[in-house]
Amino acid sequence: MKYLCLIHRDENVIAALSEAEITALEEEHLAYDDELRKCGHFIAAEALQNGHDSTIVKIRNGKMIVTDGPFVETKEQLGGFFLIEARDLNEAIQVVSRIPCARLGSIEVRAVRDSIRRANLT
Amino acid sequence: MTENIELKVDEVYHAESRRVLATLIRLLGDFDLAEDALHDAFTAALEQWPRDGMPANPRTWLVSTGRFKAIDRMRKRARFDASLETIAERLDGNINEVTWNEKVFNDDQLRLIFTCCHPALPADARIALTLREVCGLTTEEIARAFISSASTVAQRIVRAKSKIRDAKIPYQVPERNELAERLDTVLHVIYLVFNEGYFASSGESLTRSDLSCEAIRLGRLLMELLPEPEVIGLLALMLLHESRRKARTSSDGQIMLLDQQDRSLWNQEHIAEGLQLVERALSTRRFGAYSLQAAIAAVHAQAKNAAATDWDQIVGLYEVLFRLDPSPIVELNRAVAIAMRDGPHAGLELIDKLISSGDLEDYNLIYAARADLCRRLGKKREARDAYKQALKLSRQEPERRFYERRLAELVD
Repeated sequence: MKYLCLIHRDENVIAALSEAEITALEEEHLAYDDELRKCGHFIAAEALQNGHDSTIVKIRNGKMIVTDGPFVETKEQLGGFFLIEARDLNEAIQVVSRIPCARLGSIEVRAVRDSIRRANLT
Repeated sequence: MTENIELKVDEVYHAESRRVLATLIRLLGDFDLAEDALHDAFTAALEQWPRDGMPANPRTWLVSTGRFKAIDRMRKRARFDASLETIAERLDGNINEVTWNEKVFNDDQLRLIFTCCHPALPADARIALTLREVCGLTTEEIARAFISSASTVAQRIVRAKSKIRDAKIPYQVPERNELAERLDTVLHVIYLVFNEGYFASSGESLTRSDLSCEAIRLGRLLMELLPEPEVIGLLALMLLHESRRKARTSSDGQIMLLDQQDRSLWNQEHIAEGLQLVERALSTRRFGAYSLQAAIAAVHAQAKNAAATDWDQIVGLYEVLFRLDPSPIVELNRAVAIAMRDGPHAGLELIDKLISSGDLEDYNLIYAARADLCRRLGKKREARDAYKQALKLSRQEPERRFYERRLAELVD
């Protein structure tokens, strides 16, 4: 079962880290990516650019509307994601608990919905 | 003859239905399927047992029959929805996994409890689901107990079951390394249910005391299945609290504080059991907050009258509790105990420090505690101010009446 794990964190917390701390964090993340690859949980993972640099796109009445993001000025922004394969929610929770950013922010775990197409392929 | 069997089926329902459900959920992989199967199984029992006599092992019979009926149901529905045929086949396939021993049934009950109390479910859903699936309460009974509507409770339960299905919360007992944390969640649910029943307003006392009994029953079940120190500690705590129920309210529904209670009304059986359990929990040295709270309750339970209370021991226990759980509420309770041991001045100092820290701003009991100490020191105006604060923040009728009574007594 696939789970999309969204990493929410306070931009100010990250900004307050020193260069050395940020590098160490990145290395920890890369090492963890490898660990997850080895045990077959890893599907994808990326860090995202600053939340204030996002763009919103909508189509309304046939017209495209592009605006500055994010939706709401919240303290926590989406900082990155993991897409993992896990047997069930408990396993997903275990995998996510070892993501380094879990110590600095919160990680939202969302099960990926089975598409109708995929469900019939048995 | 038929009446006799109906009574027997009823007995079996009360004794076994929860265990049968727990196993059916594992075999069928779905709460709703299992509930339908349980219903079908008991319907079949009512039809067949008068004819064929009671089976040697009713529980096994019910699980088998329920499972069979569920697969049958799936097959019939598969005529309209082909995907169900695959499910029916899978369910039929795991027949070899069906072993019948006490351990399996116990494990299934544990699975059910841990799943209903999964931290990924919202707190109020955990309570509703546990009361419904583990304790067998109806939606109406749960709604009445928590002053909610049956449809709200029903919706909570439906959403919880959907989440279990869609997020794939597995039906399992947590691994050893997560057990302590997950057990904590379960104990928290049980204690919440107990407290809901314990702090009932006098008008609804009948329904509410059932809740406390339900919580104690749950506690006993959990102790049978998983005799960890904190499980034992929580059961002890609940029994010791419950032992004082009759003495807690006067005949006209007024709150009686611990030092005013008629101790001859305390249930000595509950106390005896509670004391035994506290000793057991503490002797393991792996005890936690519930066991310590139970130990404190035990000191009170052993005092023949309020004056004989060993406050020094209580303060000592609060010190240990505070180290484990440095929460402001524990600090407050410790301050009150220190006031009892060392005099109101000592307690007042600590309480004022707590109030200025701002942690318990909205907690009416901290103002009540301040008020009581001021009252004992003869500081009437300060006592009145504090009781007024407490009154502003209290939403419980007997409690409010108590504060009003104190205010009336403090009029010069």
